[in-house]
Amino acid sequence: MTVVGERLQPTLFERSRPGRGDGKIPHPPKDALDRIPADARRTTPPALPELNEPEVVRHYVNLSHLNYAIDTGFYPLGSCTMKFNPKLNEWAARLPGFASLHPLAPDEVAQGTLQLLWELEGALAEISGMRAVTLQPAAGAQGELTGILMIRAHHRSRGETERDEVLVPDSSHGTNPATASMAGFKTITIPSAADGGVDLERFRAALGPRTAAVMITNPSTLGLFEARIGELLDLVHDAGALAYMDGANLNAILGRFKPGEAGFDVMHFNVHKTFSTPHGGGGPGAGPVGVGETLLPYLPTPRVLRADDGSFRLERPDERPTSIGRLRSFVGNTGVLVRAYTYIRAHGASGLREVSDDAVLAANYLRKRVGEAYDIPFDRFCKHEFVASATTLKKETGVRTLDVAKRLIDKGFHPPTIYFPLTVDEGMLIEPTETESVETLDAFADALIAIAGEAASDPELVKSAPHDAPVGRLDEATAARQPNLRWRPMTGREMPCPD
Amino acid sequence: MPYGPHTADDRERMLAALGIASVDELFADIPQALRASPLNLPDPEPELELAARLQGLAGRNRTDLASFLGAGVYRHWSPPAVDQILLRGEWYTAYTPYQPEISQGTLQSIYEYESLLAELVDLDVVSASHYDGAAATAEAALMTCRATRRERVLVSKAVHPHYRQTLAAYFGGGLELAEIPLVADGDAAGTTDLAALERLLADGAPVAGVVAGQPNFLGLLEPMAEIGRLAHAAGALFVSVIEPVSLAVLAPPGAYGADIAAGEGQPLGIPPQYGGPYLGILASTDGLVRQIPGRLVGMTTDVRGQRAYVMTLRAREQDIRRDKAASNICTNQALLALAASIYLATIGPHGLRDVAAQGAARAARLEAALATVGVRRTHAGAYLNEFAIQVPDARAVHRRLIERGVLAGLVLGDVLPDEPSLADALLVCATEVTTDDEIARFATGLAAEGAAHDHAEPARATAAAAGAVEAAR
Repeated sequence: MTVVGERLQPTLFERSRPGRGDGKIPHPPKDALDRIPADARRTTPPALPELNEPEVVRHYVNLSHLNYAIDTGFYPLGSCTMKFNPKLNEWAARLPGFASLHPLAPDEVAQGTLQLLWELEGALAEISGMRAVTLQPAAGAQGELTGILMIRAHHRSRGETERDEVLVPDSSHGTNPATASMAGFKTITIPSAADGGVDLERFRAALGPRTAAVMITNPSTLGLFEARIGELLDLVHDAGALAYMDGANLNAILGRFKPGEAGFDVMHFNVHKTFSTPHGGGGPGAGPVGVGETLLPYLPTPRVLRADDGSFRLERPDERPTSIGRLRSFVGNTGVLVRAYTYIRAHGASGLREVSDDAVLAANYLRKRVGEAYDIPFDRFCKHEFVASATTLKKETGVRTLDVAKRLIDKGFHPPTIYFPLTVDEGMLIEPTETESVETLDAFADALIAIAGEAASDPELVKSAPHDAPVGRLDEATAARQPNLRWRPMTGREMPCPD
Repeated sequence: MPYGPHTADDRERMLAALGIASVDELFADIPQALRASPLNLPDPEPELELAARLQGLAGRNRTDLASFLGAGVYRHWSPPAVDQILLRGEWYTAYTPYQPEISQGTLQSIYEYESLLAELVDLDVVSASHYDGAAATAEAALMTCRATRRERVLVSKAVHPHYRQTLAAYFGGGLELAEIPLVADGDAAGTTDLAALERLLADGAPVAGVVAGQPNFLGLLEPMAEIGRLAHAAGALFVSVIEPVSLAVLAPPGAYGADIAAGEGQPLGIPPQYGGPYLGILASTDGLVRQIPGRLVGMTTDVRGQRAYVMTLRAREQDIRRDKAASNICTNQALLALAASIYLATIGPHGLRDVAAQGAARAARLEAALATVGVRRTHAGAYLNEFAIQVPDARAVHRRLIERGVLAGLVLGDVLPDEPSLADALLVCATEVTTDDEIARFATGLAAEGAAHDHAEPARATAAAAGAVEAAR
């Protein structure tokens, strides 16, 4: 760990010295910009840092040491499926034939990528039981928007414009209600039943002629399979509404449950969760969307099509007037999709089913072990993740979930997702994934149990954690009250930090 | 399963701890009638064979062509340092920095991204990050509606057609979108029609935002200050769609009064990879900070008084505000923001200027070489490194040039079918990586295809082609 003075690493701007860094690009002719009208030209050059390559490399390598990542340790962040990211995937995406292909290259020039995308669509349709898949959405939330806009187009085509409500359970991801709002719908929140599932009675009461769609995460964000899903889907369809499945938790049910077969009309995949494409410190992902027969006409354009002669092509813009159009430029996050394709091919049918079997087995084993010291609000077989709670611990010792999470950092683990879902008091959503060994699971459980012991014997130690991280707990209040969102080169050196 | 650690003994041990005999018991809660049919997918493929399959597919793409295709995605030299740093697992296998104490690397890199881009666009607030230029532009347009509480946005027809189509889809929820036509002829042909903009601002519902690009989709420079003035006079916000490399030499959005800048960050060291992952740039003035969607990282201190970084103003985000959030964005393009930062740090301010100026110089050389074979620009206005050319029977010529090893830009008639004046136009670009040899191949190819407007005789075409080779050298 490199600590420089009071800060961990100087910024790029502080490292800058005028005159450093040159020689990457041949110098242009002096008159290169003479033909650009004066009023269109930049008068003050951007004050970007001047650095040489060795400094830049050290800057970023040293910064990287301040990060926790799957490649450095166990990362049981519930609802995010932080599984190992196979290195073959990275190699594949960087093959020059894939990486240097321009997205507007004519179809005849792009046959390899088009074939890969077409095969991937087919594989995702098979996995989900859906009729067809679009690979365009760049992330799960954009997939949600795609799905909801298609649902809107469906109701409009039937003249049912009064359907302006979207139902979401109170345990849903925040993206569900945010998406509904973005598409111009009103969100109706349905409380959960005591067993963690959707409350069927209140659900029935909320459904009506104004319901456009229901968004359901299955397994739910509590890690529980929605056992009443059959009745639920019947109710939705009887009301003339459509059922959206948030596929964030698909890692639990590969080869066990196909949403399309069960009656969902549309779902999204998070390939950066289920199909091992890296999370990248926040992205990129990809959020393909599968649809059943009802929404088929509305899929975004362009789709990838296969001609009778076995060649592939992109759909022309005017080819399918019922389409909702496009949600982004070009065909999608293709580089991410190459990784997902590689993963699916590496696993095949049997491997994907094993993925879910092992993910669910690991989660249940860990649930059992963590239950030795923490509350388990829904103490029955879970799917790929489970919720633990520090309610009793807090009552007895004053130590909260946040403190437990921070103390886990000292023990060498990334904390689980905390205080989500919002419906669980002092909740910790723990998702081990299938790529962690039983030794790692035990070590994590032992750490959590040890922290519960510390909470009883030395609560201050836990409440003031982390002690061994590069920085301690942060002043988030000041960060929000007086936002410092950019370096100001003019005043930078005199401004080490906001007060 | 190729990456699973569990031995048969491990599984037995876990099953025994749970008191069950088979993993099937863990799936008993799936109703019998709803259980999946068997997965009909190929068998698992060993790494060695899969690698060969992938190489085969990649090899079916033709990336050997001399390419003049840009249209929103540009070939550039990316120093190898960029990709080698990205390949460190500490960067690409981390996630959103929810736990700042063990995410300072990602958090500082985002803060630096915000700072670098703020310099480039000359605006104070940069969100890190959005899906691509199109989605960022759509978010910018939605932002103008929230900020002004108006529901109508005007977008120039000279903005990338994919961006306009994305805007239309995002506005499907009930907001109104209208297009500002292009000037049809004269010196300003191909740029945003200011008189039409004035009419659109004066008639109809009040306008929340006006969206125009610099350079525009046809490569032309727009009168941005004038567009901004008209927008502001009508109480609307001004959204500038930018190309980041050009900002080393072109006036930045902050200098001509734009309230919001949106654009595609791909040119900053990110490979084309057939559509993504790219980097949606979104920036605004300070006054709009609570309206901007996406991640913001701020500098603060920790309990020990050390400088540190944290995600901030989180009350705009979906996991906190749910249906009242500024956007539904969650997973973003953070790794690409990192790539752009490393690119900018490595290439530096002078290097970036050289990239932009070299592109302009190569494009001028391309224009001259094409002129020697009788191929002219479509428009008269100033351009930076991309322009449209008139080629009779453009689609067929474009196809035949592929056989000659040249990717002759974009057939504009394919993407702008409602602009008859562009029916026989190709959009072509040059960057610092465009070589003299490539330019010569393009010009001789066009000459050989008889693509010049004066329908040159074969002999003259050959002579002209020789001239083109000279011009390119």
